[in-house]
Amino acid sequence: MIEMKNVTKKYPNGVVATNGISVNIKQGEFVYVVGPSGAGKSTFIKLMYREEKPTSGEITVNGIDLGTLKNKKVPFLRRQLGIVFQDFKLLPRLNVYENVAFALEVIEEEPKEIRRRVMEVLDLVGLKHKARMFPNELSGGEQQRVSIARSIVNVPKVVIADEPTGNLDPETSWDIMNLFEEINARGTTIVMATHNREIVNTIRRRVIAIEGGMIVRDEHGGDYGYEI
Amino acid sequence: MKFNTIKRHFRESFKSLGRNSWMTIASVSAVTVTLILVGVFALIMMNLNKAASDLENDVEIKVLIDETADETAEKALLAKIEKLPEVAEMTYSTKEEELTDLVKDFGDDFKLFEQSNPLRNVVYVKASDPQQTVNLAKKIDKFDFTYDVKYGEGKVEKLFSVLNISRNVGLVLILGLLFTAIFLISNTIRITIIARRDEIEIMKLVGASNSFVRIPFVLEGMWLGVLGSIIPIAVVITLYHNVYKNIAPRLQGEFIQLLEFSPLVYQVSGLLLLIGVLIGVWGSFMSVRKFLKI
Repeated sequence: MIEMKNVTKKYPNGVVATNGISVNIKQGEFVYVVGPSGAGKSTFIKLMYREEKPTSGEITVNGIDLGTLKNKKVPFLRRQLGIVFQDFKLLPRLNVYENVAFALEVIEEEPKEIRRRVMEVLDLVGLKHKARMFPNELSGGEQQRVSIARSIVNVPKVVIADEPTGNLDPETSWDIMNLFEEINARGTTIVMATHNREIVNTIRRRVIAIEGGMIVRDEHGGDYGYEI
Repeated sequence: MKFNTIKRHFRESFKSLGRNSWMTIASVSAVTVTLILVGVFALIMMNLNKAASDLENDVEIKVLIDETADETAEKALLAKIEKLPEVAEMTYSTKEEELTDLVKDFGDDFKLFEQSNPLRNVVYVKASDPQQTVNLAKKIDKFDFTYDVKYGEGKVEKLFSVLNISRNVGLVLILGLLFTAIFLISNTIRITIIARRDEIEIMKLVGASNSFVRIPFVLEGMWLGVLGSIIPIAVVITLYHNVYKNIAPRLQGEFIQLLEFSPLVYQVSGLLLLIGVLIGVWGSFMSVRKFLKI
């Protein structure tokens, strides 16, 4: 599903964010990416949806070689992925329904089909009754559920999440995690960068630990492993 | 692109004008102010240019034909002048006709000269390009049987140099004004778009292609241009209507005339609309481009 070979990313300011990372994530896996701040987690995640280009090495996502992917074709890669951010990244001027529908408008889906699919995912995340509200009228947890609904409305094979519970209180975080588990149970691959020890230690899945731009640990059913 | 998508782009461009109403007002005012300046200045410049051409066209060469020339020599001279490539038109007038004109202009006292006419046969020549008058006059002067060639030596050269300078100054001013307009308008549009860079980023992250993001913005820029040119067009029309009504009658019979109301005002209006739309579209296009690289 996602394959990296010797991927190095060096930023123009000289910072080496990932230093020869190789990893293979299979279809249907649930992967935590952990590590201290500034270790290269975010870069690792951004490389997958081509917000950053690797300096060297190979990345293949869903059969697409990101090394030879033209800038023009990047939207087609992103349409096969669902991306969830720590700060939700909802369009403030659009209501809940429109925010989710946007991901389908972009791929020029039929209006009828858009309506059906949007209501379906809003039902899944439990926000059908708030479809007409705007992001600033929702709680953090609700906003994150909207952004998750947006990420899966395309039925992507992979959902990539960069600290999706980073801005949420513990209880809401658990709701969000349940949602991710449910999505994963349907066969969708999930890659999630997180700082949440409790979640990683409770919902045991594959854990990739990154430090100093390198993978220092990669175990199935591992724990968070860092003392604060 | 599907029809639904095109409809969406138009809908979005209208919606966003309303949602960013303050930005819309700012951009439209910037367009309005600069286009009023451009419009008024264009009216002035085009009229000045017309006046300059009127002055230039009034310049002609008077060729006095030597008395010793008999009829065949005169004909030969006329044929030679006519063959010159710079000549636009020429009128021949005998010395009797010249005297009649003189009497008409200065009174019956000149009738005295009817007994022995001191004047010479004359041919009036106009150059196709008035700026060539001096050259042409010098060429004609070299021909046989020309007694004298007059074109207002000294004055004509001065007139032409003044007109050329004022034309160039006008051109520079108009270019400067246009440049300022482009800068001002596209800058305002850029600010409105910078305020929405997050929006562009999110669109790109959910997989929108560049053109999908760009088209509504570009359409919006176009509407800004159209909205911004309404008031300037109204100003140009009313202003010139009044100016023409008041000044044109006083210039009757003069050799300098105002440009007619009808084609000029519509040409300038069309120009303003075109500038507004082009700058709006271009400004949006360039400003969005910067944020598409995600």
